[in-house]
Amino acid sequence: MERMKSLFYSQKMAPYIFVLPFVVLFAGFYLYPVISTVIMSFQVILPGQTAFVGLQNYQKLLNPTFFTAFWNTTVYTFWTIVILIPLPLLLAVILNSPIMKYRTFFRAAIFVPALTSTIVAGVIFRLLFAESDTAFANSVISFFGFEPIAWRQHAGTLMFLMVGLAAWRWMGVNLIYFLAGLQNIPKEMYEAAEIDGANAFDKFRHITIPFLKPVSIYVLTITLFAGYKMFEEAYVFWEVNSPGNIGLTLVGYLYKEGFQYNQLGYGSAIGVTVLIIVGILGFLQLKVLGVFQKKEGN
Amino acid sequence: MHRRLFSAFIVLLCLVLAGCGGEQEAGSEANEVESVGSDDENATDLTFWTFQGLHVEFYEEAVKSWNEANPDRPLNVQLEVFPYDEMHNNLLLALQSGVGAPDIVDIEINRFPNFLQGEIQLEPLNDMIEPVQDQFVQSRLDVYAADGQYYGAPTHVGATVAFYNTSIMEEAGVSPDDIETWDDYVEVGKVVKEKTGIPMTAVFTTGFWSFYPMLNQKGSDFFDAEHNVILDNDDNIEVLQFIHDMVYEHEIAEIAPGGRHDAEEFFAYMNGGGAASLIMPSWYASRFVEHMPDQSGHFEIRPMPRWEPDGFRSAGMGGTGTAVTNQSEHIDLAKEFLAHAKLTEEANIKIWTILGFDPPRHDVWDAPELREENRFTEYFGDGFFDMMLDLKDEIHPLNITPQTPLARDLIETNVLHNVLREQSQTPAEALQEAADELRNQQ
Repeated sequence: MERMKSLFYSQKMAPYIFVLPFVVLFAGFYLYPVISTVIMSFQVILPGQTAFVGLQNYQKLLNPTFFTAFWNTTVYTFWTIVILIPLPLLLAVILNSPIMKYRTFFRAAIFVPALTSTIVAGVIFRLLFAESDTAFANSVISFFGFEPIAWRQHAGTLMFLMVGLAAWRWMGVNLIYFLAGLQNIPKEMYEAAEIDGANAFDKFRHITIPFLKPVSIYVLTITLFAGYKMFEEAYVFWEVNSPGNIGLTLVGYLYKEGFQYNQLGYGSAIGVTVLIIVGILGFLQLKVLGVFQKKEGN
Repeated sequence: MHRRLFSAFIVLLCLVLAGCGGEQEAGSEANEVESVGSDDENATDLTFWTFQGLHVEFYEEAVKSWNEANPDRPLNVQLEVFPYDEMHNNLLLALQSGVGAPDIVDIEINRFPNFLQGEIQLEPLNDMIEPVQDQFVQSRLDVYAADGQYYGAPTHVGATVAFYNTSIMEEAGVSPDDIETWDDYVEVGKVVKEKTGIPMTAVFTTGFWSFYPMLNQKGSDFFDAEHNVILDNDDNIEVLQFIHDMVYEHEIAEIAPGGRHDAEEFFAYMNGGGAASLIMPSWYASRFVEHMPDQSGHFEIRPMPRWEPDGFRSAGMGGTGTAVTNQSEHIDLAKEFLAHAKLTEEANIKIWTILGFDPPRHDVWDAPELREENRFTEYFGDGFFDMMLDLKDEIHPLNITPQTPLARDLIETNVLHNVLREQSQTPAEALQEAADELRNQQ
C-alpha cells in the first residue's frame, strides 16, 4: 500500500501515468491496426484460408487503375492546396481587420459549412449540379447563354465539384487557424512598421506572412494529408464506380478492392502504399520548408 | 539531441494525422430498425439484415404468418436496413472475423460470389430447397450455389421486359404490337422520333442493364460455364454496336440523364415522359410505381423484342439471395423461417402482391391472387402474369463467377462510358480491353 502510494506520488512516475491513456489508446487503435495492415498486405485473406503470398499484392499495384487513382488524388490535393491556403489567409486578414463590419457574422457564416456532414452536403451539391436543364447550376449558366453541362460525367467538371465541396466545407476551418495566427502577432510590430513608413502591403508582406509561417506549414500539412486520404467527396458523387474512373481516389480504390472485391490483402497493400506516399510527401514538404533546420539565433 | 527528438515527433505526428483527422461518417448504424414478432418471452430472437427498404414489409408479413402457424415456436425478428454498400461490407467483415453477423441476410446477386470464397460462412439450404426444387426456376437457384450446395433463397426471376409508354406511341400512330424483333423496334423507334421528337429509349452509360439482358437474350454472357472470360465475343460486340447505333446511327435513343437506372435525374426524366420505352428487368416495375407516379396508366409491359425469329424474348437479371450465416445460434430455426418466408407457395404469391416481383416459383404463376388488382396492375394494367407464363422457358441461365463484381465494374466504369458517351473506343476495343483485364486477374 505504502509502495503504491509512493509510486503515485513519485515525481518520476507521474508523467508516465498521465500519458498512459494516450499510449494505450494509440497502441490499441493506431499502432496495432497499422502493424496488422502491414502484415495483411503480404497475405491473401479468405475466411479460414489465409496465406502469405510475398510481394504479390504489391506487384498487382502496377496497373492502370491504381495510377488513375493516384493521379486523381494528386490533382485533387493540388487544387485543395491552391485554394484552401491563400483564400482563407486572405479572408482571415480581411476578417481580422478592425475596419471590417459584421466580422463575427462573417466568421460564423464561413465556419458553419464545416459543421455539416460531407454526405449531406454532397447530396445537396449533387442536386444543385444535376444534369437536367432545370437544375440550379445549369439554369444559372444557361441564363448566361451557356449550354447545360452533365457535371458529374466529365473529369474536369467532376474535379471542380469535388474540390468545390471540399473548399466550401474546409474554408472556415482553415480560416480559424489563420485568424488564431494573426491574433498572435504583436501589435507593436505593425506600429513600429508604420512609424518606419510601411504601407499596408509592406506590412502584410514583411510582418503578417513571416509570422504566419508556422500556421501555414501546419495548414499545408493537414491539407496535404486530407487530400491524399480523400474518400467522401468522391463517394458522394459516384460512390465507388465512376465513368472512366474519373472519381476514383486512392482510398476509394482501397475500399473497392478490399470490400467490394473481397481482397483485404490487396486493399492493405494499397493502404500501406498510401501511407508511404503521404509519409514521403509530408517529409519532403517539411524539409523544403525548413522545419527540421535549427532556428538561427536561438 | 533535441532536434532529433523533434523530428521524430513530427514524423509521428504526421502518421497520426494521416491516420485520423477528418471524421468518419460511415458508421455502422442501420438506417431503419424494425422489430417484429411475438411478445412471448420464450420467443426466439433473430436478426435480419437487408439493403433494400422495400423488402421490410415483405418480411414483416412473413414473421406474422410464421408466428400464427407456429405458436409453439414464436419468433421475434429484428429487421435492420442498411445502405447497399455498407451492408455488404459489414457482412463481409463480420463473416471474415467470425463475430457480428446476423442470423439471416439478403445478399445481392453481384456481391454473392464474394461470400462463396474460402471456407464458406453461409449455411447450405439444400434440405429446405430440394423438396420444392422442381417448382422453382432452376437458373435462379444456381446463381447462389457452389459445388452443388444452395446458399441463397431467390427473390425473383427478374425477367427482363420492355416497358412501353403507350401514350407517346399512340401519338406517333404506332403500337407495341408492331414490335416483334429488334429490327422492328428500330423501325418503330424511327417513327416515334419523327412524329413526336421523343426518343424511343434511353441507354445507360454507368449501368449495365439493357446491355446485359440484351446479350444474355442471345445466349451470351460475360463468362462461360467454366468461368472463362467471353466478354469480348462476337455476340457481345454485336449487341454493344447495336446499342451504339441506336444512339448515333438511327438516332432513336439518347444517353440517359444521370447515366444509371437509379439516378434521380433519370427518374425525373422518365416521369416527365422522356423516352417512349425502356428495357429493364421486371423488378424495375416497383421503381416506376415508386418514383415515376405521373406516368401511371401510360406504361405497358411486354416481352423484349427478339434477335432471331425464334430467339428468346427475355433474360433473368439481378436478384437477391437470402442466406443463413454460420454465426447464427439457431441455424435450423433460421433456415425453417427462411423457407417459410421465401420458398412456400404463399410466400411466392406475396412476392408479387407486396413487392411486385415475378416470383421464382413457377407453380404459383397461375394463382388467382396474381391477377387481383394491386398498385402494380393499377399502374401497368392487367395481364402481366399471363405474359410471364409465356416467357418462363425463354430465359438463359447466367454464369455468376467470383469475377462477376469486377466484370460489372469494368462495364459500368469504362466500356459503356467510352463507347456510348465519349465514343473514344469501338465496342470491340472496349470489350477486348475489359476482357483482357479480367483474364489478367484470373
